[in-house]
Amino acid sequence: MIELSDVHKKFGSNRVLQGVDLVIPKATSMVIIGGSGTGKSVLLKSVLGLVRPDSGTITLDGQDVTTGDRDAFLARFGMLFQGGALFDSLRVWENVAFRLLRGERKLPKPQAREIAIEKLRRVGLKPETADQFPAELSGGMQKRVGLARAIAAEPEIIFFDEPTTGLDPIMSGVINDLIREIVTEMGATAMTITHDMTSVRAIADNVAMLHGGKIRWTGPVSELDATDDPYVQQFIHGRADGPIESVR
Amino acid sequence: MSVLSPVASIGRATLSLLASLGRIAIFAVQVVGHIFRPPFYPREFLSALMQIGWFSLPVVGMTALFTGGALALQIYAGGARYGAEAAVPSITAIGMVRELGPVLGGLMVAARVTSSIAAEIGTMKVTEQIDALVTLSTNPLKYLAVPRVVAAVLVMPILVAVGDSIGIAGGWLVGVNQLGFNSAAYLQNTVNFLEFWDVASGLVKGAAFGFIIALMGVFHGMNSGRGAQGVGAATKSAVVAASVLILAANFLLTRVFFTS
Ligand SMILES: Nc1ncnc2c1ncn2[C@@H]1O[C@H](COP(=O)(O)OP(=O)(O)O)[C@@H](O)[C@H]1O
Ligand SMILES: [Mg+2]
Repeated sequence: MIELSDVHKKFGSNRVLQGVDLVIPKATSMVIIGGSGTGKSVLLKSVLGLVRPDSGTITLDGQDVTTGDRDAFLARFGMLFQGGALFDSLRVWENVAFRLLRGERKLPKPQAREIAIEKLRRVGLKPETADQFPAELSGGMQKRVGLARAIAAEPEIIFFDEPTTGLDPIMSGVINDLIREIVTEMGATAMTITHDMTSVRAIADNVAMLHGGKIRWTGPVSELDATDDPYVQQFIHGRADGPIESVR
Repeated sequence: MSVLSPVASIGRATLSLLASLGRIAIFAVQVVGHIFRPPFYPREFLSALMQIGWFSLPVVGMTALFTGGALALQIYAGGARYGAEAAVPSITAIGMVRELGPVLGGLMVAARVTSSIAAEIGTMKVTEQIDALVTLSTNPLKYLAVPRVVAAVLVMPILVAVGDSIGIAGGWLVGVNQLGFNSAAYLQNTVNFLEFWDVASGLVKGAAFGFIIALMGVFHGMNSGRGAQGVGAATKSAVVAASVLILAANFLLTRVFFTS
């Protein structure tokens, strides 16, 4: 279980997170929605310690994420970055197998490569992609390689930052199914950021909406449509007018 | 505007310079601390050796060749005023191995390598690749900084040695072809005159400059601002910082080595 309480973060005078409270139960899928620039990515990075919150606490299974063995902590996580964040000096398969090729549980190269190709297949990429360099791929393909890398070591907690942005509807469907499968079949805990309402419905157990630096609304996905929160309603129906300003 | 404002701004600039020197020093200590602790990344190290060492050879060689030649011409012209033209081989050699080999070599490698390290790592920073390394349980200092710093420290003395030899050869070419020196006598004179420490001090300087070259690239890259502009600014700062620090370090090392 991941628990955030009263998390604040500002960059200079830009107060991004202003008291976020959120609970993600083990083996469930939480989807974070919210306008661009509201701090969704910053929120994910705070949990991983890539961004250090100014105040508030974040715990994983009751333990503060800033204390304890950092390597052991990170070994439990996989993360897909919004921009893919592939290492452009390494081939696709070496990106996917990055964690498998290093560290204490290092695998022999051929075996790591085999796993990488299998993960690539799961995100809808052909084995030929394995030997290409990230720069040779389209944005959507890079995103999927990033996804394959995030799940390669079969982590118990996976963060997906906009997994379907830039993908065609069919490929989005494949990725949504994959994320759902990872949670239900492998028992992983997932936290996904998305703007895509189809994805929300396909992936989420619970949904949280970030707005104004706080969690504006959170609840099971089944209650999403029924809520009378005007912010949520405006967001899920994509209306231009409502309480959320369209100039931000 | 108050009369004190120039003073205040000098004060501010001094403080911020001291602050960044402090941050660089802390960073340097961290990097050195990681050098001896595993995991090690041999593949990154080999690639850094190639990038920093092998591919810098043409630049260093060219720089040394022309500098050695120009030096010989100047010393001949200057020496002629005292009737000391015969000092060309010895002074060219000493100027090359003690000062110009390491300093110009260092500056040229800084231009070539510091900039590329800063731009590469800065791009990794702004495209979240450094964050990705962390989430994949890989320490960016160990993976990115250590291989480059170690490679630069090891390879710079070799580059300096190559530069010294080519610089002396440049002086010899000019001496023999243009200034009428006898080839064998020129070389004999050079060899007889140079002492071990003349050469060794330059190589030690090279190692120190190598440290500065890689460290500045990594430091500024990792602290790059956001976007393409951030990377551009980081690259510029890295090269400026490396060049100034090389010249400052050269002065300090020369003082330590040659004043008794
Ligand atoms: N490293 C950083 N330095 C300064 N500002 C940042 C940084 N990271 C994010 N921000 C700012 O925080 C805000 C939220 O960013 P982000 O979390 O990326 O938004 P999104 O909800 O679209 O993912 C933005 O205004 C962004 O400019
Ligand atoms: Mg984002």
